[in-house]
Amino acid sequence: MAKQRVVVVGGGLAGLSAAMKMAELGIPVDLVSLVPARRSHSVCAQGGINSVNQVTRQLGDSEWKHFDDTVYGGDFLNEQPPAKEMCYWAPRIIDLLDRCGVMFNRLAEGDRDVRRFGGTLYPRTAFAGATTGQQMLYGLDEQVRRWEVEGLVTKHEFHDFLGPILDDKGVCRGAVVQDLFSMKIRALPADAVMIASGGPGVIFGKSTNSTICTGSASARCYRAGAKYANGEFIQVHPTAIPGTDKHRLMSESARGEGGRVWVPRKKGDRRPPEQIPEDERWYFLEEKYPTYGNLVPRDIATREIFWVCREGYSVSDVNFAAYLDLTHLPHNRIEKLEGILEIYEKFVGVDPRKVPMQVFPAVHYSMGGLWVDYEKNGQTGGLVIGSPRNGMTNIPGLYAIGECDYQYHGANRLGANSLLSCIFAGLVAGEGVPTWLQSLPHGAAASQPSSLFDNEVRKHQEQYEQLLKMDGPENPFQLHLELGTAMTKYCTVVRHNDELQRLLGELDEFQARYKRVGLPDKGHWTNQTLRFVRELADMLVLAKVIAQGALQRDECRGAHYKPEFAIPSPTADDPTELHRQAIEYCRAFATQTEKWLKTTIAEYTPDGPRISYAPVDTSLIPPRPRTYGLKGAGIIDRVWREMQAQQAAVPAGAPANGGK
Amino acid sequence: MPEYVTLRIKRQDGPDTAAYWQTFHVDYQPQMNVTTCLQLIALKPVTADGQKTTPVAYDAACLEEVCGSCTMNINGKVRQACSTLVDNLLKEDPNVITLEPMYKYPVKRDLAVDRSRMFNDLKRLKAWVPVDGYYDLGPGPKMSPKQQQQLYPYSRCMTCGCCTEACPQYTRENQFVGAFAISLTVLFNSHPTGAVLKEERLGELMKPGGISECGQAQNCLRVCPKGVPNVTGIAQGYRQVTVQWFKGLFSR
Repeated sequence: MAKQRVVVVGGGLAGLSAAMKMAELGIPVDLVSLVPARRSHSVCAQGGINSVNQVTRQLGDSEWKHFDDTVYGGDFLNEQPPAKEMCYWAPRIIDLLDRCGVMFNRLAEGDRDVRRFGGTLYPRTAFAGATTGQQMLYGLDEQVRRWEVEGLVTKHEFHDFLGPILDDKGVCRGAVVQDLFSMKIRALPADAVMIASGGPGVIFGKSTNSTICTGSASARCYRAGAKYANGEFIQVHPTAIPGTDKHRLMSESARGEGGRVWVPRKKGDRRPPEQIPEDERWYFLEEKYPTYGNLVPRDIATREIFWVCREGYSVSDVNFAAYLDLTHLPHNRIEKLEGILEIYEKFVGVDPRKVPMQVFPAVHYSMGGLWVDYEKNGQTGGLVIGSPRNGMTNIPGLYAIGECDYQYHGANRLGANSLLSCIFAGLVAGEGVPTWLQSLPHGAAASQPSSLFDNEVRKHQEQYEQLLKMDGPENPFQLHLELGTAMTKYCTVVRHNDELQRLLGELDEFQARYKRVGLPDKGHWTNQTLRFVRELADMLVLAKVIAQGALQRDECRGAHYKPEFAIPSPTADDPTELHRQAIEYCRAFATQTEKWLKTTIAEYTPDGPRISYAPVDTSLIPPRPRTYGLKGAGIIDRVWREMQAQQAAVPAGAPANGGK
Repeated sequence: MPEYVTLRIKRQDGPDTAAYWQTFHVDYQPQMNVTTCLQLIALKPVTADGQKTTPVAYDAACLEEVCGSCTMNINGKVRQACSTLVDNLLKEDPNVITLEPMYKYPVKRDLAVDRSRMFNDLKRLKAWVPVDGYYDLGPGPKMSPKQQQQLYPYSRCMTCGCCTEACPQYTRENQFVGAFAISLTVLFNSHPTGAVLKEERLGELMKPGGISECGQAQNCLRVCPKGVPNVTGIAQGYRQVTVQWFKGLFSR
């Protein structure tokens, strides 16, 4: 029997960590990527990677608390077993990266330096300057290059994944790919295919994502029958630099090192920021959230910045913006941020060491993605390591890992948790593959009839030729521009049902117009426009998943915010009335949890997504209202605890508030 | 502020076809970069004299000067399309912006070139840390802040190829590995675990295409967008190679 192989689609952190893990286990890997692995979008991650460390441990931190912060940050929509396992692996993953040569910042005795990030009170984040993603991507790319030389990894860079190959029993038997130089289409037979293709930010037009982050690989699996989960949960990063071609990220590490967000107290105050005295500045995050300050989780910071700008406090007349101020920071802190300050200076032409930066929220990350399974360990509450179910989609043999999966971040991702989830998902899925290969249903890919692969190649060849014939009046780039504008306008920070309805109507129109696209390039060699037109069809499909999921979810949860369904906060001055309002709040919260704490599942039909809901595993940490110490909201936390205590009659020996 | 920007772009339909020039006008926007110009051409692929054409092919990904994709010659100087602002180019030449592909690599199409040689040279030089595996084997080596500060600049190299394009010694015909590869060799030789392969790496650097091809023009330092200290790297490489050469001499 021929040697069994695995195809990995995507050369970012998730794909590389899976590839190197499987190579270590002796499994040959074909790594398919649109760009050289070293240029994958992981390279853009700036701030760092989270784990409990020896310093935070002595401050009272633990793996459990990292897990609790992750789930609280995610508004309890995270699948708890994989999220727990991830947080418990985190210290080991950072050690592994350190061993691979990642240039983490150091302290005098040679240990790794750490900084604080959003959604936690502990300095958990290890970092390599302000280019942590770049350093980590290189570390893993170098390991994979080593396996290339050993002959266990074969890279197919500048290749587009066109779709999975499923046999008549629905088992994944490989992938069809296209060489983007020669435009030649061929099959890569494989006994497992791992999608590690990142997020779909380009659907929103201008975002912080790379141009390659169209979500097309996920969409192609979705069209082939893979379920897509929680698509409506899109993270909008609070601080980006608005640009003409994209919005560039200004890392949360800027606030982690002490950066402060503010606007002038007086609307329309156009004095240069350095001339506005301290008492005329409104540090609105610090004022509203005295405990977390500028490091509230991203969904909250984004809504607050969005809100103050909408209320007329924007510091710019050209576009909405707030100040992110680093000018007060000492030299040693500024030094750790050089990578991102350089970006700001280069692209805006202003020195952020001297003048506060102008920032505004931008689409950044997808918490949702392809639905994947896991096997829960009944004893630890984490995962059964080595189980082939970990990371497998509903299509047997098809996996999804990294930003394109959905499990770890719930309704909102904490900063510096994505590098962690990418690497963890890659390693843990890789460890399960040997068992999958041994128990493969109906024999290996190599023993399948060649007609299976030939037919799939023919199908994609025909679709390619259809694309080349597209001859209508619509420019595909113009259509994409309009798609991005509509998605950003109606489906990001604040969502309303009437607007989402309108958006879905517009998406139908876009799909009709897509049929009238003219391909402006008919070339048979390095045809980048053709690739983009093919991706545009996928973006339209996923846009509907995102919009439909958002329309149907009538609540506020993490990044998904519908003011119409927000539970009113207690506001009364009279203590008795305040208490009554808090009880009402908590009851409404309990009802909302009952009704909406569930995973959105989208299944493809040619007429649009079919939406259903699946339960979320919240067995380890029970849901609670998410207040982040909002001024005046302490009463909610107190009342909720009282209600839980009364209701539950806590069994003896169980930890009081969800454990420590 | 100009109403529009004029771009003169060198185009080539495939690796074996002849190159030709086309001129485009695109609407000016404040703070626009070269990438925006190329995006505007894709939105309306028509030349300045009204001729319909194809969108320009070029490699791009992050658009924030960290992935190294969009390297090209802009007004005759090698740099990234994303981080090159039109306002600055108009100060260099108010009339026209000229875009050409890198010349040290085969053209795939238009401004997109095949830089796989760079990655192959990283294989040849074993540019990695040979760890013992990916299981939990405890923490990595400790490192002083000073050492980290010295090495971190090397690890910011994004293999964009600017140093090779600007190097008079790096040609399509020879095998010279170029400044970036020598700097990365020094990086891995300086890492406590990476140093295990130091002799093998230096052995490669002593072969044809190795460090002796460097002509010390120092262009690599001037053009590097990430400020990688290539000249210091090459000097250290020389030192390491020399020490190795002497060692070899006496152990014969």
